Amino acid sequence: MTRMLLNGNHAAAHGVRLAHPKVVPVYPITPQTPILEKISEFQLQGLMDADLMTMESEHSAMAACITASLTGVRVFTATASQGLMLMHEMLHYASGAQAPIVMFNVNRTIGSPWGFWPDQTDSLSQRDTGWIQLYSESAQESLDTVLQAYRVAEKVLLPVMVMHEAFYVSHALEVVDIPEQEIADAYLPPFNPPHRLDPEIGESWGNVVDQDMYYRHRETLGKSMEAALETVVEADRRWQELTGRGYGITESYRCDGAELIIVTMGSMVGTAREAVDQLRNQGVPAGLLKIKLFRPFPLDQVRQILAGVPKVMVLDRNFAPGTGGFLHHELKSALYGLADGPAMHGYLAGVGGTNVSSDKIAGLAREAMDQDPAARSVWKG
Amino acid sequence: MINVALQIAEEKIFCSGHHACPGCNEALAFRYIMNTLGKDTIAVVPPSCGAIISGPQPLSSMRIPVYQTTLEASAASAAGIKRALKAQGKDHVQVVAIAGDGGTYDIGFQALSSAAERNEDIIYICMDNEGYMNTGAQKSSSTPYLAYTTSTPGGKPTAKKNVAEIMAAHRIPYMATATTGYLDDLANKVRKAKEIKGMRFIVILVPCLDGWGVADNEGAKVSRLAVQTGFFPLYEVENGTKYTLNHGSEGIPVAAYINRQKRFRHLAPEQVESIQQRVDADWEIFKTKFNS
Ligand SMILES: Cc1ncc(C[n+]2csc(CCOP(=O)(O)OP(=O)(O)O)c2C)c(N)n1
Ligand code: SF4
Ligand SMILES: [Mg+2]
Repeated sequence: MTRMLLNGNHAAAHGVRLAHPKVVPVYPITPQTPILEKISEFQLQGLMDADLMTMESEHSAMAACITASLTGVRVFTATASQGLMLMHEMLHYASGAQAPIVMFNVNRTIGSPWGFWPDQTDSLSQRDTGWIQLYSESAQESLDTVLQAYRVAEKVLLPVMVMHEAFYVSHALEVVDIPEQEIADAYLPPFNPPHRLDPEIGESWGNVVDQDMYYRHRETLGKSMEAALETVVEADRRWQELTGRGYGITESYRCDGAELIIVTMGSMVGTAREAVDQLRNQGVPAGLLKIKLFRPFPLDQVRQILAGVPKVMVLDRNFAPGTGGFLHHELKSALYGLADGPAMHGYLAGVGGTNVSSDKIAGLAREAMDQDPAARSVWKG
Repeated sequence: MINVALQIAEEKIFCSGHHACPGCNEALAFRYIMNTLGKDTIAVVPPSCGAIISGPQPLSSMRIPVYQTTLEASAASAAGIKRALKAQGKDHVQVVAIAGDGGTYDIGFQALSSAAERNEDIIYICMDNEGYMNTGAQKSSSTPYLAYTTSTPGGKPTAKKNVAEIMAAHRIPYMATATTGYLDDLANKVRKAKEIKGMRFIVILVPCLDGWGVADNEGAKVSRLAVQTGFFPLYEVENGTKYTLNHGSEGIPVAAYINRQKRFRHLAPEQVESIQQRVDADWEIFKTKFNS
């Protein structure tokens, strides 16, 4: 094991290096670019034998990822914001083909107007494209999650998107443990799909289907997505056995006896952890629930964790006009019908990358404890 | 009676029973292309008449893997397959993208131009029927000047885009034009492309019986007239510089070509004359390329 000072993007690139994808179509976009630059460097140094394809767009990058994956090799690409938006059509195409692609998306605001700031609306607005979604809060977690993503993708044959936020994680330096290649190899078996594009096999993909076949394809896709949850749990457990680091699909922090639980994802989790410590020190019974796996949504786990909790405060660094916070929306539907479910505040906090300090979160928590929640998400800066 | 020699070994890689309109020239082109490329081939087909001809799941008119991609992604999809084959040591397998003119001149052009710039080791064939036929004959940037389509009911006011010259300007190893009235020439070009490494592009003019308003038995004849009137010269360009003319204008007036197609029947005599003038002017510029 090597210990290095790395930013989140370079940590993710090390994860990719350890997974040894064979084809890597790339296209630059801030703040993802350091991932592709690092991979290009690894390749030049002979540390990766990946074939880098310098595409003319993210749309083509994803198109090439899909076919290279269906031809039977491990692939990788990375993007952010507008790049992910441009890929939208191909994201559906990838999951429809059950191509086990791993992609890193650095969460960044979507134009217009232009911005480069941390905001999860880009990936959350792709939640229905049939991709597994994992949100990371640190450089170390990003490295580890990339490797876990390959293990999951290739088991359930679904594409996986791993996210961390612009700058807070993508460009901030942290001490990161980089596992040895042998660990990664023991963890990730070679990718050898029995079904692939190969004249010796003769199978095709994508042809027009009738309604019944389409129905069955969607049903199968849904089943793979359902199976993914257990697979993510298993992948994390196995990684923990090998490296001592595991994250779970959710993480409950100081939730015992909590009268208010903060629920959030991504970099906000770290700040909220501090806010919970602060509140607990002052005798306020607060806890934190981190959602790491957003698709498939860990419905049963979340219902179990939040049953009997008086109050929940959801913090969304993302916004869907007409809906509100994505996580708020998701939790309302997840907890619907739960007999002793919590009253739920949905706060839009940090949308567009505005700073949300631990003090601010502690303040919001106190406020939430004293107030009845609104049905809709509320703007909180 | 047109004498088209059949110089292909019929390996039945493209089979009968497909869903093309009876007499469709595109199906004819498919047959020549697939039999020439052989069974160590993977095809990429975007939405187009070609996708219908390739067949609905679980049926297929082709005995090779066919990946049906999205309308604009053919070149990128084909490149992804080829790179993956190389990574697996299966470089001998050819990857061919077969797309329509809409999927090539218009929505897929960005990916195509980029694949050409990267000199991807693929064969890209454009089945040019001069319109969006699969969606009911709308205009594409390949539709010729003054032709009727359902989105240009008054006739297209602008000229056909010259994709052959644009692709040649990418200085790719091989660029060729072909058409179904000259099947030997077509098969030869596919054969030649097969022997070359890197990006190869062939644009094949395929008269669309339905979209052009051509009689079921006249596809090949109209195709030949396109060449003989100078509308669509057959030529090759190697590495962007070496031009070879295979079949050019025989001095037949364009009216002979136009009069066989309902998409031009609204034209007044002056309009036919203006088309003639354009074809003549284009030829004057074009022929200088073959003198060097
Ligand atoms: C992104 C996208 N837009 C529109 C369509 C609808 N569409 C399907 S086939 C087609 C026409 C394609 O025309 P062309 O490439 O010339 O092929 P042809 O049908 O003429 O063979 C269109 C517009 C689509 N499939 N995808
Ligand atoms: S619409 Fe035209 S190109 Fe398409 S199958 Fe029919 S004749 Fe052939
Ligand atoms: Mg067309």
